[in-house]
Amino acid sequence: MNQKATNIPLLFEGEGSLIQPPDLDAFREWNRRKTTALVDKTMRGREAIDRFVSDGDYIGFELYGTVRCPIGLTRALVRSGKRDFRIAGQGVHEADMLLITDRVKEIDFTYIGQEVYGVSSSVRRAVESGTVKNVVEWSNAALSWRFKAAAMGVPFLPTRSILGTDTIRRSAAKVIECPFTGVKLALLPALILDVGFIHVNRADRFGNCQIDGISGFAIEMARASKRLIVSTEEIVEPEEIRRQPDRTAIPYYLVDAVVHHPFGSWPGEMSGMYERDEDHYRMFLEMQNAEGTANEYMDDWVFGMADHDALLTKIGKERLESLRLETVEGGAR
Amino acid sequence: MKELEYTASELLICLASRLMDDRSTAFIGTGIPMLAASLAQTMHAPDLVPVFEFGGTGAILEKLPLAVGDMRTYNKAVAASGICDIMETAQRGFIEYGFLGGAQIDQFGNLNSTCIGDVMNPVVRLPGSGGGNDVGSLCWRTISIMPHDRRRFVKKLDFLTTPGFLTGPGAREAAGLPRGTGPYRVVTHLGILGFDDDTRRMKLLSVNPGVTVEEVIENTEFELLLADSLETNTGPTEKELRLLREVIDPDGLYR
Repeated sequence: MNQKATNIPLLFEGEGSLIQPPDLDAFREWNRRKTTALVDKTMRGREAIDRFVSDGDYIGFELYGTVRCPIGLTRALVRSGKRDFRIAGQGVHEADMLLITDRVKEIDFTYIGQEVYGVSSSVRRAVESGTVKNVVEWSNAALSWRFKAAAMGVPFLPTRSILGTDTIRRSAAKVIECPFTGVKLALLPALILDVGFIHVNRADRFGNCQIDGISGFAIEMARASKRLIVSTEEIVEPEEIRRQPDRTAIPYYLVDAVVHHPFGSWPGEMSGMYERDEDHYRMFLEMQNAEGTANEYMDDWVFGMADHDALLTKIGKERLESLRLETVEGGAR
Repeated sequence: MKELEYTASELLICLASRLMDDRSTAFIGTGIPMLAASLAQTMHAPDLVPVFEFGGTGAILEKLPLAVGDMRTYNKAVAASGICDIMETAQRGFIEYGFLGGAQIDQFGNLNSTCIGDVMNPVVRLPGSGGGNDVGSLCWRTISIMPHDRRRFVKKLDFLTTPGFLTGPGAREAAGLPRGTGPYRVVTHLGILGFDDDTRRMKLLSVNPGVTVEEVIENTEFELLLADSLETNTGPTEKELRLLREVIDPDGLYR
């Protein structure tokens, strides 16, 4: 990024590149052009991706991998053949599927792994072999605060994390001394997504969304996205939204497409609705360990499926029902 | 008394669990800290407030979470918010303990969870910081939990992902990290380590049952300080093991 004249000296500059430089005035102008008309935005996943996603876009997913994640939309994205994405890498399953199919060019990286089950072999192959061209390091808070800066409409946020480490050295953050207190601060550049993907519990046809349970970084990411594709477990009447307006996490004017995806987070879990499909997820983890079987998985469960409905049929009603919280004895909620 | 048999993981979980004070806030990451927090709530710390980065605060950990954002991280919790709220809570100084893991640790408690080899061309790409750096930056006292060998306890990290005391006394403050924060304990399958107040270097405080000081030294690549009197930790008790095996982790994910 070009360095503007400033009276505050930069004490440190991360050597990582700014993959998506923020332009806040252009973002304002973009947002001004977005419609506030209450129009029906429901459509199929494929249509949403055809209309709103382009090769080379900077994209992001929320929450992550196996938790309230738009995995149905991820499959549609992979099937669309679009590629060369730059991604905000706070991911698990969705990032793995994009990496297996070689759709990712650059990553703002914070965490791509399998938590309890360890490292992601897809990330290992993609990064160690160099098919991902550029990796810039951040932390989870840093990426979320970058979305928050964009959501606030400011070009950066000052924070007290990542200072003094190789993480900041390999990031695109900068360090200054606070003009008020003299404290050193890491400045995190705003991150504006070309397209954000979020899965929610319920939405109306206009795109007003409710989320149950933790909100992850949905609030910030929705507001940091130029285009926002939402998938939802349930489509509800607008009256239901208006009955409890305090529950609206994402208001309709942020949303470009509403895709009805029951079990849209499968094999991940959905807050208050269903548990993770542990058997399937373990099978995926096993299969992604080698390139051949990873591709076989994608053929079986993504490319071989015409759409989300076909996938649900393949999984089978009985299996899906068994994951519902009310079925799971002593469910988490 | 009959010798109890237990695994290295079970030992780590029990030792970590005993470090969790009742009525304290603890930032819990994936894996062993989750089991430790659950065990602590049952054993001695019913009012332990586990904090999970994606928004769960004060959960009652009846079922083992498999991810730091899953539903079990806000089971019967006092609040379910989001990552910005949690990280900002840590940045304001509300979170006492932060539990961490990593592939490598150095004498100042700095951690690597990013890569083995050069970051630009890694031999092994690891999962990355995740919330680790933020926990190490913003919580008051951090506790690292890891297996203990020379590949992990290294003189020089391949990558400094998460800050410990950085290069030594005063380095955190000089870098701009919040005053009075830093590493507190390192729990390993060989013993429990702390940090010398003056040099900020890692110091062996106690060894686990059946472990000798020499063994700890042999398994540490850097030079280790030793506490004046080294105690031997109590291994997992029958009650701890029963809770772990029957209630907390009946599927044996961490056996």
